Amino acid sequence: MKKNIANGLTLAAIAVVFTGIMTALVFFGVIDEYTAQILSLAGINVIVALSLNLISGFTGQLALGHAGFMAVGAYTTAYCIMKLNLPMFLAILIGGLVTAVFGLVIGFPTLRLRGDYLAIVTLGFGEIIRVIMINLEQITGGAAGLKGIPSFTEDILLAPALSLLWVFSVMIITIILVSNLIKSSYGRAILSVREDEIAANAMGINVFYYKMYAFTISAFIAGVGGGLYAPFFGYLNPTMFNFLKSVDFLVIVVLGGMGSITGTVIAGFVLTYLQEFLRFLQDYRLVIYPLLLIFIMLFRPSGLMGNREISILGLWQRLFKSKNQSQSKVDKAGER
Amino acid sequence: MTVLRVKDISILFGGLKAVSNFNMTLEEGELLGLIGPNGAGKTTVFNMITGVYHPTSGEIEFADKNGKFQNTTHMKPFQITQMGMARTFQNIRLFKDLTVLDNIRIAYHSNVKYKTFDAVFRTPAFFKEEAEITKKAIELLEIFNLGHKQAELAKNLPYGEQRKLEIARALATQPKLLLLDEPAAGMNPQETQDLTQLIRFIREKFNLTILLIEHDVSLVMGICERIIVLDYGQTIAEGTPAQISQDPRVIKAYLGEEVGLHA
Ligand SMILES: Nc1ncnc2c1ncn2[C@@H]1O[C@H](COP(=O)(O)OP(=O)(O)O)[C@@H](O)[C@H]1O
Ligand SMILES: [Mg+2]
Repeated sequence: MKKNIANGLTLAAIAVVFTGIMTALVFFGVIDEYTAQILSLAGINVIVALSLNLISGFTGQLALGHAGFMAVGAYTTAYCIMKLNLPMFLAILIGGLVTAVFGLVIGFPTLRLRGDYLAIVTLGFGEIIRVIMINLEQITGGAAGLKGIPSFTEDILLAPALSLLWVFSVMIITIILVSNLIKSSYGRAILSVREDEIAANAMGINVFYYKMYAFTISAFIAGVGGGLYAPFFGYLNPTMFNFLKSVDFLVIVVLGGMGSITGTVIAGFVLTYLQEFLRFLQDYRLVIYPLLLIFIMLFRPSGLMGNREISILGLWQRLFKSKNQSQSKVDKAGER
Repeated sequence: MTVLRVKDISILFGGLKAVSNFNMTLEEGELLGLIGPNGAGKTTVFNMITGVYHPTSGEIEFADKNGKFQNTTHMKPFQITQMGMARTFQNIRLFKDLTVLDNIRIAYHSNVKYKTFDAVFRTPAFFKEEAEITKKAIELLEIFNLGHKQAELAKNLPYGEQRKLEIARALATQPKLLLLDEPAAGMNPQETQDLTQLIRFIREKFNLTILLIEHDVSLVMGICERIIVLDYGQTIAEGTPAQISQDPRVIKAYLGEEVGLHA
């Protein structure tokens, strides 16, 4: 029990120090403002991609409308900040909760059905949400969108560092909580649904319940990711959440490895950076992404990481307490 | 005491009556064999008892943990499992990409008391119960001589061990009734012999009532007290192994099959 607490504290300390250092690097200009923006954007992408991995990678239910969930979270958060004057933290939390309700409503009729219904319905949902955002002018500003959403801070000099601090904090908390969930009995229930629904059922697992469970949590996290979008960009419009955005997350998850948190984090940062770097390609992304996906399917169908994980705690113990019998650096899939 | 009552169940697949008017009663502690040629409807009977399929007509009643009979005809498989019935599959259905240990630990999930909150925030309740689950799972694996393989992925086990793991996983749900669908399929005579011993052993150790589908007649004749013979979805004989092996209808049903009853 003591060892468990010590491990927890070590991990928390690593997380805090890492976030602190990154924030300081931005604050003192070691990391320039542009790079800081990309890093923050990557952080948000990682959060949403993780949520997609939870339902598609770990639970095995393909979802194609996560940009739609993001949109719900983003607009709800913007509304809470601008119209209700709620504090940032509460606004983002409410954004996540409202999105979770959308997840419940979509999942309930869909997840009972077998096969790829979820993919089709979530695809439709993503598009419908956009149409609603365009038509609900009173709240969303219609096609022109919302402008002047307050940032994380009013101080322009502090903004890049504070944005990064917010995004990285939420991202790290998400990574830790999701990985804790996966490495628990609830996570095993979810994995069993992915592996074999009939066998899971025969083991006493309520398959429909656990699909709903994973899908609702996934929607919540995607909503939180969307919630961070609002203050990060300061404006929102429906095109930010089109189908291509959903595909972005899918590419991150597939590239990193369906069922690998580490893979999603790495792929999230790499792809976000690449996207900025390849901005001049503009709509050729439409060509490059499918090519990239085909390439992955051909040469590394399980993605960068497969379903393996790199354990930060394991690395730490290896580096600094190598005399102890520390955890192995790369956990096998099942040691979760 | 009666554990299971199957009353006159039938099922139609399209136009095909895969099982018609099947009746069966299982007494506590009994080991009943269900045999019959390929396609006779044995697996379909299992699927109806465990809730994978629901019979077109007829009823199934299963005694819950307090010995009270519940109508399970239209229940879901997970509900029936939680009442204390577990099964294996003719075509092994392990969680292939998960470890041997996790395959077992999943079976304990429906009894887990800690909540999602405990899981994500790693409360003491989480660590305590996880340690208990892991201990129980390893003890069970050791009974099956699989303790040293706990970290391997299920798909990497040799065939015979996959069959054993599937039985172990079923036992982890803490059943009082165990249904085994052709557990000796694909095994050589030596492995079949070992399996027979194993079934005898777990029956004693876990106080089980067992319903066994088997193609290997020597296995069934060796360990079952009572046998039901199915052919074309209908019961054609029922009785002790001695009675069954004399029955002309049974001998006829098995004619043309490579495995004779007296083999
Ligand atoms: N889901 C299904 N849909 C249609 N036919 C089925 C289905 N399951 C089984 N059957 C048919 O029911 C009959 C009995 O099959 P089964 O119970 O698997 O036989 P056994 O286990 O005795 O070999 C077979 O003719 C089989 O083709
Ligand atoms: Mg069969």
